[in-house]
Amino acid sequence: MKRPGLGTALAVVAFLTFFLGPFGWQVLTSLWPDGELTRPWPSHLTLENYASVLWGRPFLRVVLNSLLVAALTTVFCLSMGAAAAFALAKLEFRGRGLLLSAALAVSMFPPIATVSPLYLILRAVGLRDSLVGLALPYATFALPLTLWVLTSFFRQLPDELYRAARVDGCTPFQAFRRVLLPLAAPGLATTAILVFIFAWNEFLYALTFLSTPEKRTVPVAISLFASEYREPWGEIAAASVVATLPLVVLTVLFQRRIVSGLTAGAVKE
Amino acid sequence: MSTGGSLERERRQAYLLVAPAVLVLAGVALYPILAAIWLSLHRFILVFGERRFTGLDNYAFLLSDARFWAALGNTAYFTAVAVTVELLLAVPLALLLNRAFPGRGLLRASVLVPWAIPTVVSARLWAWMFNPEYGLINRLLPGNDINWLGAPGYALHAAILVDVWKTTPFVALLVLAGLQGISEDLYKAARVDGASAWRAFRSITLPLLKPALLLAVLFRSLDAFRVFDAIYVLTEGGPANTTETLSIYAYKTLMRSGDFGYGSALSVATFLCVVVLAAVWLKLLGREEGAR
Repeated sequence: MKRPGLGTALAVVAFLTFFLGPFGWQVLTSLWPDGELTRPWPSHLTLENYASVLWGRPFLRVVLNSLLVAALTTVFCLSMGAAAAFALAKLEFRGRGLLLSAALAVSMFPPIATVSPLYLILRAVGLRDSLVGLALPYATFALPLTLWVLTSFFRQLPDELYRAARVDGCTPFQAFRRVLLPLAAPGLATTAILVFIFAWNEFLYALTFLSTPEKRTVPVAISLFASEYREPWGEIAAASVVATLPLVVLTVLFQRRIVSGLTAGAVKE
Repeated sequence: MSTGGSLERERRQAYLLVAPAVLVLAGVALYPILAAIWLSLHRFILVFGERRFTGLDNYAFLLSDARFWAALGNTAYFTAVAVTVELLLAVPLALLLNRAFPGRGLLRASVLVPWAIPTVVSARLWAWMFNPEYGLINRLLPGNDINWLGAPGYALHAAILVDVWKTTPFVALLVLAGLQGISEDLYKAARVDGASAWRAFRSITLPLLKPALLLAVLFRSLDAFRVFDAIYVLTEGGPANTTETLSIYAYKTLMRSGDFGYGSALSVATFLCVVVLAAVWLKLLGREEGAR
């Protein structure tokens, strides 16, 4: 490894400041005593904002809602997506290309284009303002992502494995369940992380379909976090840190996986 | 080994395996789009329970609706400027990430942080930094009390900055994937021929990176064109509608005015713009692939 030049070092510092600085400022704000925000610098740091967000508001409930919706979406997309992706990668049937292109097209839909009918459908079947009803439309964007990432993972597994299982008397479905699915575990984990992050972050559908405050998800709760007279910036910052920290940790830990998943879904083919 | 019977069976099982995914996609994506088109042909006010077929009336109104054209203009401006700035920042970032230096892993993980933060949270975070009285930005610019989100002209650019902060890392990753596909030998040969670093960048890196760049532009512009979260949280389309994008206008018409007919027409129009944009980029991308 070469020693980095001054230019490289400066560029690294500049990018780090730009990308991490705002988040750092948010963390500092969350520890800033209420009523001192007008000062240039806090006199001391405090956990008050965290206490009032976690115990003074139904925020833990909201976090739980988000966990539930994100987990539901992930299970839902992986169970359907893995089967379909296996078939797309390893089996011969008509309409494979069409299905992948259709999935790509769906992922490019502007969500607003489907809001009005989805609202009416969910209302008609009694699933408006329900967390289960929210996970279903999330499939519009998470399922195509799942199909693309997992198909590219199944393609990387050698065809010989599938053929050997077939020669040994497995049906295609058994070959999928017993041989290929276990081998695709890293791909499933990557996809699970991406889908989870997507569902955790989704805003428009959650804002539109949920109306009861106790059913809100994290992004909706944070967007509506205002009191009548002034914005509670310290509490907003604390809530943001609570909502974001798990994702930041997840991203830093699984950085390699996330990058390979994102680029597999986007770049290959 | 594959006799006719086993192939037939394989095909049948394949259809069974893809069926659930196909049904869900049809149910939550295809059907709603068709239903939105159908709704857009109605006068349909939810709270009054009024619903009657009016043909293309909503679209006739849309064409003469100055607010629609302004929203289209805002959306196009937002998309063009945000994607351009993101590319200009992402290419140097990707070149940096492609170089071996101590701490590269850390930088790679750090740039993903804005990407992982929910857009709503990042918009809130920036709204706090844009706060005219004691936000970080005005603190860093002494003697300045610009109301970034409250002043027309500033607000849309503030929203662009939030988008740039959040998605440049994603663009950089796509560019990085492209860079890693370029053979090191080409650079060695260029060095032997005495080419400067800049010359090598212009003659080797850029041309070979073009497909990856076009792909990034495709993904990002479609994404930026449907922008909602960031702007809704930052300004709700204000001040004086100067940050109102198509998605925001459609959302307000649907959910605040309860006008499902015209709101659907606005969302179908947004959808059609995205289709046209996608078709143009895919055509360019296809020409690029064909040229190789």
